[in-house]
Amino acid sequence: MTTLSMLDLSIAALLVLALALTARRTYPDLARQLLIAAARTAIQLTLVGLVLKTLFANVSLLWVALMAVVMLALAGREVMARQHRRFTGTWGYSIGVVSMFISSFSIALFALVVVVGHEPWYQPQYAIPLLGMLLGNTMNGIALALDRLTQSAWEQRAVIEARLVLGHTPAEAISGIRQQVFRSGMIPIINAMAAAGVVSLPGMMTGQILAGAPPVEAVKYQIMIMFLIAGGAGFGTLAAVRLGVRRLFDERARLRLDRLRR
Amino acid sequence: MFHVNGLSVRDRPALTFSLQAGELVCLSGPSGSGKTQLLRALVDLDPNQGSVTLNGASRESLPPTQWRRRVALLTADSHWWEVTVAQHFNRFDEQQVERLGLERGVGDWLVERLSSGEKQRLALLRLLANRPEVLLLDEPTANLDDANRRRVETLVRDYLEETRGCCLWVSHDPQQLDKLCDRRMTMTTRGELEAA
Repeated sequence: MTTLSMLDLSIAALLVLALALTARRTYPDLARQLLIAAARTAIQLTLVGLVLKTLFANVSLLWVALMAVVMLALAGREVMARQHRRFTGTWGYSIGVVSMFISSFSIALFALVVVVGHEPWYQPQYAIPLLGMLLGNTMNGIALALDRLTQSAWEQRAVIEARLVLGHTPAEAISGIRQQVFRSGMIPIINAMAAAGVVSLPGMMTGQILAGAPPVEAVKYQIMIMFLIAGGAGFGTLAAVRLGVRRLFDERARLRLDRLRR
Repeated sequence: MFHVNGLSVRDRPALTFSLQAGELVCLSGPSGSGKTQLLRALVDLDPNQGSVTLNGASRESLPPTQWRRRVALLTADSHWWEVTVAQHFNRFDEQQVERLGLERGVGDWLVERLSSGEKQRLALLRLLANRPEVLLLDEPTANLDDANRRRVETLVRDYLEETRGCCLWVSHDPQQLDKLCDRRMTMTTRGELEAA
């Protein structure tokens, strides 16, 4: 594998810098955001590289579990931050975290033990990237779905209540919205699977090939990852929508928009 | 038949009143006095305190879906979510449709084709299809001409006679109040009820 020097990375960074300089007059805010995001990428990935280096050198279930919990906590915060009208109180945070825990963690565990089958199963070289990819994609699905759910409930309050007063159950009253919500959570992964290999070469597979892995092996890993991500994002979105809908109504089947941030 | 005891929503005054079988009671009062809020609380759409019973059964003893089928609210604006009119009905009764001056076959119409007056009359029929015992009607004739207003009034009167149900009818029309109701209540600006 050809290693990259700091000079190589600096040359790539010049591209971002050039873009920011070009855009700074017409889009000053965007240029600033671009530079901040690029700096965050460099710093965050360098830090995580150092953490992974330490983890790989000291294979321990405790350290892997700790890393997983930190990743989950940060993903939960990200899900919450991406919602325009999130649930108030601890619900705003916990719906995302619980849904991601149920789906991403159990699917990562299943993949490590049953599919990959490395000894020990918590080998950080497999466990952390797998969980990272699962969490990242599940997080996207859940964030999109919850944002759509709360926003749609807010906008279509009159229709939901019109159905409730006719004696419909909350599930019936919100059924139309629920279908759109689940669809919006699943669209990114469905699109990614449909376009994989035809329109785009997925990042993980490309990375493995660049690192010298045989293309067929890289493809097998990529297929496995995409199926796992579809499962993770799908089950995670299902759980989040279910919890979200339950929280939107109370025990007397009233629509409780006061439980959302205004 | 329908008893409301100490019902209050948020910081509004507690309200107590009853409706008897077959009775049509009109409720009037200035805008913002809380008439709609009262109707919403009666169908348990907003959190509230107090007791509401129908023929001796408290609302807490019934599932909310069943309560709202028996105590039915017609809101001032009607809302539609399916494509055609009939898709919104449990049971589409062509006879009732004609009684309200609507065309036979309106059930197959697209909702977007309906005028506001047609929507209002159809929303009432949609409500009555559940055969409720208590009708809570929030200005049900606000968008109607005289002929259709009379049709709605007659239909509701006949329904109450047939089912021995009761009705709380919100109206701002003094003529309608005089002619239609068995009893009148007024809601003050402070949200208290007074017999009129």
